Amino acid sequence: MIPATFEYVRPSSIDEAVAALAEHGDEAKLLAGGHSLLPLMKLRLAAPEVVIDLGRVDGLRGVSEVGDGRLAIGAMTPHYKVMADPLIREHCGVLADVTAKVGDAQVRHRGTIGGALAHGDSAGDLPAVLLALGGSVIAQGPGGTREIEAADFFVDYLTTALSDDELVTEVRVPKLVGDWGWRYEKFSRVAQAWAIVGALGMVKRSNGHIEEARVGLTNMGTRPVRCTATEDAIRGQSPDAIEDAAAHASDGTSPSSDLNATAEFRQHLARVLTKRALTAAVG
Amino acid sequence: MTAIDTPSTKNVGITRLRKEDAHLITGQTNWTDNLQLTGMLHVALVRSPMAHAKVTSVDVSAALDQPGVVAAFTGADLADNWAAGLPCAWPVTPDMVSPTHLPIATDEVRYVGDAVAVVVAQSKYQAADAVEFVEVEYEPLPAVVNMEAAIADGSPLADTTLETNKSFTWQKIDGEIDDAFDGAAHITTRRFVNQRLIPTAIEPRSVVCSPPREHAEYTMWSTTQVPHILRLMLALTCGVPEQELRVIAPDVGGGFGSKLNVYAEEALLLVLARKLRKPVKWTETRSEGYQATCHGRDQVQDLSIAFNEDHTIRGLKVELLADMGAYLQLVTPGVPILGAFMFNSIYKMDALSFTCHGIFTNKTPTDAYRGAGRPEATYGIERLIDEAANELGVEPFELREKNWIKHEEFPYTTIAGIEYDSGNYEAATARAKELFDYDGLRAEQVERRASGDPVQLGIGISTFTEMCGLAPSRVLGSLSYGAGGWEHASVRMLPSGKAEVVTGTSPHGQGHVTSWSQIASDALGVPYEDIEVRHGDTAIAHKGMDTYGSRSLVVGGYAVQVACDKVIAKARKVAAHLLEAAEDDLEFDGGTFSVKGSPDVSTTIQDISLAVFAAHDYPEDMEPSLDSDATVDPENFSYPHGTHLCATEVDTETGEVTIRKYVAVDDIGKVINPQIVEGQIHGGLAQGIAQALWEEAVYDEQGNLKTGSLLDYYVPSAADMPHFDLDRTETPATTNPLGVKGVGEAGTIASTPAVINAVVDALRPMGVNDVLMPASPSNVWNAIQAASAGNTDGGAA
Ligand SMILES: Cc1cc2nc3c(=O)[nH]c(=O)nc-3n(C[C@H](O)[C@H](O)[C@H](O)COP(=O)(O)OP(=O)(O)OC[C@H]3O[C@@H](n4cnc5c(N)ncnc54)[C@H](O)[C@@H]3O)c2cc1C
Repeated sequence: MIPATFEYVRPSSIDEAVAALAEHGDEAKLLAGGHSLLPLMKLRLAAPEVVIDLGRVDGLRGVSEVGDGRLAIGAMTPHYKVMADPLIREHCGVLADVTAKVGDAQVRHRGTIGGALAHGDSAGDLPAVLLALGGSVIAQGPGGTREIEAADFFVDYLTTALSDDELVTEVRVPKLVGDWGWRYEKFSRVAQAWAIVGALGMVKRSNGHIEEARVGLTNMGTRPVRCTATEDAIRGQSPDAIEDAAAHASDGTSPSSDLNATAEFRQHLARVLTKRALTAAVG
Repeated sequence: MTAIDTPSTKNVGITRLRKEDAHLITGQTNWTDNLQLTGMLHVALVRSPMAHAKVTSVDVSAALDQPGVVAAFTGADLADNWAAGLPCAWPVTPDMVSPTHLPIATDEVRYVGDAVAVVVAQSKYQAADAVEFVEVEYEPLPAVVNMEAAIADGSPLADTTLETNKSFTWQKIDGEIDDAFDGAAHITTRRFVNQRLIPTAIEPRSVVCSPPREHAEYTMWSTTQVPHILRLMLALTCGVPEQELRVIAPDVGGGFGSKLNVYAEEALLLVLARKLRKPVKWTETRSEGYQATCHGRDQVQDLSIAFNEDHTIRGLKVELLADMGAYLQLVTPGVPILGAFMFNSIYKMDALSFTCHGIFTNKTPTDAYRGAGRPEATYGIERLIDEAANELGVEPFELREKNWIKHEEFPYTTIAGIEYDSGNYEAATARAKELFDYDGLRAEQVERRASGDPVQLGIGISTFTEMCGLAPSRVLGSLSYGAGGWEHASVRMLPSGKAEVVTGTSPHGQGHVTSWSQIASDALGVPYEDIEVRHGDTAIAHKGMDTYGSRSLVVGGYAVQVACDKVIAKARKVAAHLLEAAEDDLEFDGGTFSVKGSPDVSTTIQDISLAVFAAHDYPEDMEPSLDSDATVDPENFSYPHGTHLCATEVDTETGEVTIRKYVAVDDIGKVINPQIVEGQIHGGLAQGIAQALWEEAVYDEQGNLKTGSLLDYYVPSAADMPHFDLDRTETPATTNPLGVKGVGEAGTIASTPAVINAVVDALRPMGVNDVLMPASPSNVWNAIQAASAGNTDGGAA
């Protein structure tokens, strides 16, 4: 539990952070809440030579309206702030509700939305919700900023589309318009543990029908999964269609087998949990 | 006024807030790892990443060049420092095979975590860094990880210096076992598995050892449950004269048996302090502890029970494979054989055969873990009774009642040959059923089954007993255990009238300071606040057998009572002398001696203490001292029992198990402090339920521990626990003056089968007859899948 020696840098602006990244390249690691990075370092599974602490960088915290029907969330906004933020609760309550299921109170006070997404862990709860929402991240590097859609951001296990010299400054999510309901079914072994499988079901209700649906899955492969087959099968349908549609939730997934579940059991769980999530989302 | 010759009870039986807690919860704790000594060096171990290998070379030279490194040694460098290998104090059979266990391996490593070298540096960070510079070459050997494979013909050996993977076969047959089975009307046969567990005390292990300074003695601080045993065993292992070693167990944060041992690191630090003449410290990390601190359980049970036509039990056959791991630690082989006395449990039968094979594998050694042998046995018999009831088509309670020892039959000598002194299974069961609303839940279960709800309701029963209060020394001797089971206490009356109670038990969370104060306060008539309890330091409590096996109150509390009685006997002499009365004419109550009929002619224990200190005027036939020593050796074990009932909701679509209701009615005899008892039961239940639902140490085929950290090894938290409905019934123990039976392990022993019986009961209509522990979603789902494919045993066979 003792990390290898490293150098510590603490920039105070985004530009300084970008410069520090440019200087140290792939020998450096950004430190946000540290709740994914530090455990890896303590087990010596990660041994960066330089740690760049984003804790004192101005302008990376808080939530604002972007103006194009979206909300912008500073990368360093900790989970508990996301959960409590009035704009998020009003316009994108699903993000608050899913975030409330991340870890325990300590984790939610240290861990950040930017760190949770940049870590690129498909077992984390936030990648699937960003994907289902059709959100994006804003990345900044020496060449300026760019927006990366969630669908393009998660590339592989613990791998994102960020390059070594970029950091996430902002996360963008749409404001939900209309009568949306949602449920995140997080299935885990003990309270406050990581999901064995998580299923997020979101539905936009209209006249007793499902006008639109979103389904995101956690820990069903090396990347978060969006179940378009299920979404398509219930669009415009009555809630009765959920059961059959959910049977397609695991189509095309290739989850891993581990101590908690075989791949086959994970696929079974994904179907059951998707059914339950969508049923609850319809209300 | 009637003469009262026993002091009135003012403390015993009531909840006193624990004296220990103020300092524990305000950060004033004296953990071993908090200790800082001038010039102290830090120790880190290089551990084998392989389960089984020849060590062909170990080179510490590059580590020695690292910043802050003071010394580094290989196993070979230290080989001459051991007077003996690490001890196993329980040679269960004369021909038991026991590998030599050096604290640092020399040429063969036998489990992942076996140490091969040690680095000593000025800081723990430098030590951890330098470990990476020790170069070790291994030549892999086949790893033995499965017990049945280990004893199959042609199996590779877990230890190439031995000729077998079997440590021992221990057998005990009572009654005519063949007759019992030959004439049976019904026989139920099952295989159950008690998985391997990792104890996970909240405080990791830590050891500090300082070389002789002003006194010619080494001082060792260790996170141990057994400072006295440790002192003796380290003296033997390291060749340090016993009188030159002082062992201190400061605040110790839980043990559950995992700190009831003599560990490699303890011997190593003593040797390093001797070699380097500097204080040294080692503290394990959690993942290191998961490899290098003893595991628990790991037993495969083949059981058969034979019944008469009327469902009375004729006999029980038990055959066990018990995983020792790679080495025999302090009491490793003795743990499973305690089952020889416990598989018959509360039931009457004509014959019992018990056979236990101790097997070596290339895994972390096992040893005592909360309950030690009794949870395994209780699990086996309580699961088996439920299975038999199902096969016989009778209510599980009916089968139990038909066979259990009736209240009026106590004291009762069991088929295993031990005498249960007291108990009332009927009373505990009646109360438990009432609290649980047993009939109401059974009715709901019928409805739920009929409705086809994917979430099914199951009800599990555990009518358990256990033996604790370890133990009568002669009995331990007859079981080849290396020591006795007595306990020691002394009382020192101080001139100011306050008292010090010194105990040979070594608490690590149980609250002995509080309970012993309550006992002593009532016995001496000295206010509770005026009593200080001292423990856990061989220089202060010179004699003791320490804390494990729910023995502390039953044996150690008993010793405190006797030591107090001796003080009062002396004080009575002095009082008679001072009051110019006959001893027989004095009555003693609440700390005051008075002359019968003349209550004004009196003196107090405080006045007497001062008088004896001044020693100006005291009886001629005694020394001027009220102090006392008592060493008590119990004549029998004690036998707590109880009825636990568990209702589970089992989601048949996901395999998720949720405990809906848990009722525990325990008979632990008399109670000193109800709140402490409740705490012990809560903690015990949490650990027993954890075995049923969450915890399992998993190894892969190469012998790597897959559950190597708290990320993969699921220790539940308070958030996972159901509400517990507790109550007690009381039949006092007859074999100690306090009437107490012990409560440290009851909850753990009782709860595991209650939960699994409930899970199986929920799934029975689907054809499931067993679920492997832990009953994780995946194991439950597998059991359901297997049953629908015609295989009903949950995967055990
Ligand atoms: C006990 C425990 C339980 C947990 N349980 C859950 C859970 O149930 N569900 C869940 O989703 N998560 C869980 N987490 C993870 C938690 O949400 C983490 O906080 C999160 O995954 C990482 O966020 P962080 O701010 O701590 O990032 P850090 O650990 O600081 O960083 C993580 C990675 O992201 C990089 N990074 C951080 N910020 C940026 C940035 N702005 N731009 C680019 N790269 C960046 C870092 O370099 C690092 O590689 C748990 C963590 C712990 C310790």
